[in-house]
Amino acid sequence: MSDALILSILTIVTASTPLVFAGIGELVVERSGVLNLGVEGMILVGAVSGFALANLSGSATIGVVGACVAGAVLASLFAFLTLNLKSSQVATGLALTIFGAGVSALMGQSYVGIAVGGLPKMNMPGLTDLPVIGPLLFGHDALVYLSFALVASVTWFLRRSRAGLVLRAVGDSHDSAHALGYRVIRVRWGAILFGGACSGLAGAYLSLAYTPMWAENMSAGRGWIALALVVFAVWQPGRLLLGAYIFGGISILQLHIQALGLSVPSQLMSMLPYVVTIIVLVVISRDSARIRRNAPASIGKPFHPTA
Amino acid sequence: MSVILERRPTPSGLMGWLAPVLALVMTVAASVLLFLLLGLPAGAALHAFFIEPVSSRYGLAELAVKAAPLIMIGVALSIGFRAQVFNIGAEGQLILGGIAGGAVALALYPVNGWFVLPLMALAGIAGGMGWAAIPALLKTRFGANEILTSLMLTYVAVLLLSYMVTGPLRDPDGFNFPESRLFQSSALLPRILSGTRLHIGFPIAIAIALIGWVFLSRTLLGFALRINGEAPRAARFAGFNSGRLVWVALLIGGGVSGLAGLFEVAGPIGQLLPNISPGYGFTAIIVAFLGRLHPVGVVFAGLVMALSYLGGEAAQITMNLPVAVTGVFQGMLLFFLLAADVLINYRLRWSGKTRSITSSQP
Repeated sequence: MSDALILSILTIVTASTPLVFAGIGELVVERSGVLNLGVEGMILVGAVSGFALANLSGSATIGVVGACVAGAVLASLFAFLTLNLKSSQVATGLALTIFGAGVSALMGQSYVGIAVGGLPKMNMPGLTDLPVIGPLLFGHDALVYLSFALVASVTWFLRRSRAGLVLRAVGDSHDSAHALGYRVIRVRWGAILFGGACSGLAGAYLSLAYTPMWAENMSAGRGWIALALVVFAVWQPGRLLLGAYIFGGISILQLHIQALGLSVPSQLMSMLPYVVTIIVLVVISRDSARIRRNAPASIGKPFHPTA
Repeated sequence: MSVILERRPTPSGLMGWLAPVLALVMTVAASVLLFLLLGLPAGAALHAFFIEPVSSRYGLAELAVKAAPLIMIGVALSIGFRAQVFNIGAEGQLILGGIAGGAVALALYPVNGWFVLPLMALAGIAGGMGWAAIPALLKTRFGANEILTSLMLTYVAVLLLSYMVTGPLRDPDGFNFPESRLFQSSALLPRILSGTRLHIGFPIAIAIALIGWVFLSRTLLGFALRINGEAPRAARFAGFNSGRLVWVALLIGGGVSGLAGLFEVAGPIGQLLPNISPGYGFTAIIVAFLGRLHPVGVVFAGLVMALSYLGGEAAQITMNLPVAVTGVFQGMLLFFLLAADVLINYRLRWSGKTRSITSSQP
């Protein structure tokens, strides 16, 4: 396998990882019956917080942890409004995205144009030096491995754990779950905070690993693509991972085509990920029976406890 | 002692209109906190943000210039939101309107005549409608979520505009700058107040708000849209075709956004640039909610949000504040509004240890 091919596979991994984080977080939120359209805003705040903290402390780890906290803090606003004050999930999610874009631009004002070390790549003596499989399996940064571990844990959590069963019950019928004595509001608070932390992580990956810098609106719609990915995945973690890598692949592929110097204008190539998102949504949504079978039944509906 | 929410027997109409006022007051209070956090004198910053921009004739005219697209799009989105059709891609439809209308001006260049502007306006409306027709088709034909598709199309529209001004519509004498040539004089909107940039877009926006009001409250189609949102089952029994209503809602939103985009390029800008809107299409979503999805409310909400743009610019000049403050202000306002809206359906009650039974009625 040529070095160029290995290199492009590595860039596909870095392009896909933020989508995996944001998507898996939103997947859990939606399985609990809540639609949070604020992913884009949480990613941006995560990105700027992670970058700023890594810059101030000199430690990428502190940046990553701070980004998770920042994402969760923003998500708690959403949780309080939608769960405790019963506001509309669609409107509140949009507010979160608008607010997040503004806050991140304000916070990041003094960090534009600064470079940061970025996340170190794994280096296991012996293993990483192996030909081909060395760099492919043992040459990533720690967050890439974390993203796979997260997908595996969420799969196990939703399918095999009791808490996951409760979460799914809350998402499928909050009234029944409530009647059985489960704390619907509390479960959803937990899911939303988890989703926020994951979006924050996605942001930190963008500003510390994918392009180690901060720029306004640097997420460029990835939060929305993540939302589309959850539909594409019909709410299954494994399919989400696959979808994220397909999208990562497309966004890198279009860069390579641009680099080949074809006469296609660069802007038209840059449209590709967004156009593909639309096409994928259409293809998946056509099968409405399948969507209905898999979508959490109470998604988007406000929960008013009865007695 | 804790605060509990007690469901009102019927939603409070008074609170429906008081909530935006309450939200505004809370936003201003939070802004003071924000200014103090940034180490600024709060009084001076408030003055710079809210008072100074509108303390001159020119400032008031600028307020109207910025409010025009917000009111137009806000009214159109309100009609869609009433029907539970969430077109959040108005920004993209605005851009397409600008491209289509601008392309007509450039195609006719250097021809001048009374027919230039009407043709541009038609092209702008058609461009916005065409862009909104995509999510409408995908929603009605394939069931694809219009929130995601209309938003994705906004990113595509931004790239399309960038392609247009660097490619087909670039100024041939422009030294390769990414911009079109300046429009000929009859492709520019007439100004209605000398010494300012106030153009006929503002009175047209007010007219659109009035038309929207009549449409929603006095026509069968407007009624069908409202019922479709408030009671979808009743709408089905009444025989309203929900697919058709999705089309109507999106086409109205797209057409009006496209016209607003044309007004931007033919009004304050006067040519095509890579960036023709400071996010009017997104801010109009807030305007629609703040105006209670009612055309008259939208007019006031549009003026308030226009002030947030002017305030952001003024605060940047006088206080050296980043422009991003505008976005923070707008986001906070929407948050506080959503929080205050709880008072429409619930009242706050202080409760002791015993929980009142009425508190948990559905």
